Amino acid sequence: MKKINSPADLRKLKEELKAKIYGTESGSKEKLKIRVHSGTSGLASGAKEILDFIVMELDKRSIDANVIRTGDLGYSFAEPTVEVTRPGEKPVVFGNVDKLKANEIIEKFIKNGDYIDGILPINYNTIN
Amino acid sequence: MSKKKMQLLVCGGTGCSDPNGEAILDNLKLELEANALENDIQVVRTGCFGLCSLGPIVKVMPEDTIYTRVKPEDAKEIVEEHVLKGRKVERLLFKDPETQKTLTGSSEMSSHIKQLRIVLRNCGIIDPESIDEAIAYDAYEALARVLTDMTPEDVIKTIKESGLRGRGGAGFPTGIKWEIARKNKSDVKYVVCNADEGDPGAFMDRSVLEGDPHAVLEAMIICGYAIDANNGLIYVRAEYPLAVARLRTAIKQAREYGLLGDNIMGTGFNFDIDIRFGAGAFVCGEETALIHSMEGLRGEPTLKPPFPAESGYLGKPTNVNNVETFACISPIILKGSEWFSSIGTEKSKGTKVFALAGKINNVGLIEVPMGTTLRDVIFEIGGGIRNGKKFKAAQTGGPSGGCLTDKHLDTPIDFDNLVAAGSMMGSGGLIVMDENDCMVSMAKFFLDFTVEESCGKCAPCRIGNKRLDELLEQITKGKGTLADLDRLKNMSLVIKDTSLCGLGQSSPNPVLSTLDNFRGEYEAHVITKKCPSGKCRDLMEYFIISENCVGCTACARVCPVNAITGERKEPHLINPLICIKCGACMEKCKFDAIIIR
Repeated sequence: MKKINSPADLRKLKEELKAKIYGTESGSKEKLKIRVHSGTSGLASGAKEILDFIVMELDKRSIDANVIRTGDLGYSFAEPTVEVTRPGEKPVVFGNVDKLKANEIIEKFIKNGDYIDGILPINYNTIN
Repeated sequence: MSKKKMQLLVCGGTGCSDPNGEAILDNLKLELEANALENDIQVVRTGCFGLCSLGPIVKVMPEDTIYTRVKPEDAKEIVEEHVLKGRKVERLLFKDPETQKTLTGSSEMSSHIKQLRIVLRNCGIIDPESIDEAIAYDAYEALARVLTDMTPEDVIKTIKESGLRGRGGAGFPTGIKWEIARKNKSDVKYVVCNADEGDPGAFMDRSVLEGDPHAVLEAMIICGYAIDANNGLIYVRAEYPLAVARLRTAIKQAREYGLLGDNIMGTGFNFDIDIRFGAGAFVCGEETALIHSMEGLRGEPTLKPPFPAESGYLGKPTNVNNVETFACISPIILKGSEWFSSIGTEKSKGTKVFALAGKINNVGLIEVPMGTTLRDVIFEIGGGIRNGKKFKAAQTGGPSGGCLTDKHLDTPIDFDNLVAAGSMMGSGGLIVMDENDCMVSMAKFFLDFTVEESCGKCAPCRIGNKRLDELLEQITKGKGTLADLDRLKNMSLVIKDTSLCGLGQSSPNPVLSTLDNFRGEYEAHVITKKCPSGKCRDLMEYFIISENCVGCTACARVCPVNAITGERKEPHLINPLICIKCGACMEKCKFDAIIIR
């Protein structure tokens, strides 16, 4: 890793990283983004298994996606939770995801944009 | 990927206290079938919108129309008008009670959403093991601004003006704490992050460390700059292995980028952070005990003064702040103190994270502006009480706090109001109890915890709490007297007045507040020797109502001690002398013939 030697360095790096993460780099297409919430409570309800399953299944079906392991979102009552952001759309969170549901998410939501039971509405505002 | 079809989202799901959700879902499906649209338009069940007073909610996607207070019979109109003709059903749209404006989409509804995430801004969003993601989400931007554009005095002034108060429980103004630490001159000073989260049912610090560790690191560096310290220590409990692992990764990555260590971002400021482990003692959340534990001594509190800001870790000036307090720092620097102080109540600014636990539908982490009412937290965001039961009380502040009852439902939650209500903010655990919970047992549960966790240094806490616990034990066994209730109260007050540290001074709070709010329940235990909630085993018995019993023998077969007798098709009988009160029979009975009395 390169050292950050000045605040200007940090800001330059931030712009580069933003472009990479949001896919705003010229010529690059925004990617499908999947977040698996894997804090202690997510992992305790099986988030690791779901993450592995999703990575494997996407690979099998050759769907290109950015799968991210994050901390918990706070929906402990419905864990494991998975958030899917289709390119150009708002993120959608699914709760109580098991392998069956994960499969349904890939087949119906990721492929066709069809919603399935168990969506958790975003019930908060954020400063981001 | 094909074009998006129209979809109807209906809120509800397991545990939802509104039984109409299911009927609306069915009716919408039937109406769609009647119009031969079932293959084109999907009906989907969603989780809670956190707007239960406006529920049930039907949301039409992708155009994002929200219908509120929908009844099952409204399904026909929604399908015929909206789905078929594309006309919105005006009367089901939400009308703002203040402005009388009709709001349709979720962006317009956002002002009615009670949660605001400042501390949890990145939790569940960024990959906590990638500093790159954190930087893309503005991590270390506040640090860059502080190191180049602000003097330490500016930083302290900003934090003071923001009105931020310590989130660990007591609510001491953070800016003043930093100012005192700055004023104490010394060659070495320390910044300590208190991540010793010990309250039963609280897990917000863990979630922040696991979800956004860089927010804490950045704030610690800022604090170091403000108080002229170059060393940071995070005191985290060893029971949080994932938080520790992610912190380690974060520290390593920050060092590699030169954001920790010598000459941070080329500004000449040095700061480094190390981790210290706690063995999970509740008392080590108290700052002097925490410091002793870090020094390798017994985790025992000492008398203040001297405050840690004068003589803390290794006798040097030390500033101790909670994880959540630190997580508020960067947004305050970036958005300004005015922005932060515009959120919350007069004396409590910003937001507070609560860990909802107990008999509530939406168990989990929430973050609301200070001043949000308990009713909004429990019945809107929390989705109400499980299984449609009646709300009885909510314990805030864990074992150091007290309970809030339905008379407190509309009190705005902030530091001072909670103290006035006989409880305290604490670190933010909120345990919800329903009508089936016995408040005497609840007080005993928390007291058991403090008895276990008392460090034993001072007599009022070590001996007094044990005696309180024994009295409660007697009461729950039906051996208490009315005089015991007075004894409970007097002893509690003495313990509060004479204990050395916060643990002892607050440990009788659950007893005092349940005595105040539920004296009738205590009296039932000592006078009629009955537990009104049927929780205290020694004061209840299982009983078969003979009119309801059909003699199916299911209970007799499941009873592990053969306490139930009776002929087939004849009413059965429980022998209370043999019964071990396991409750297996009551679970098995399909005819509601078995009751607790």
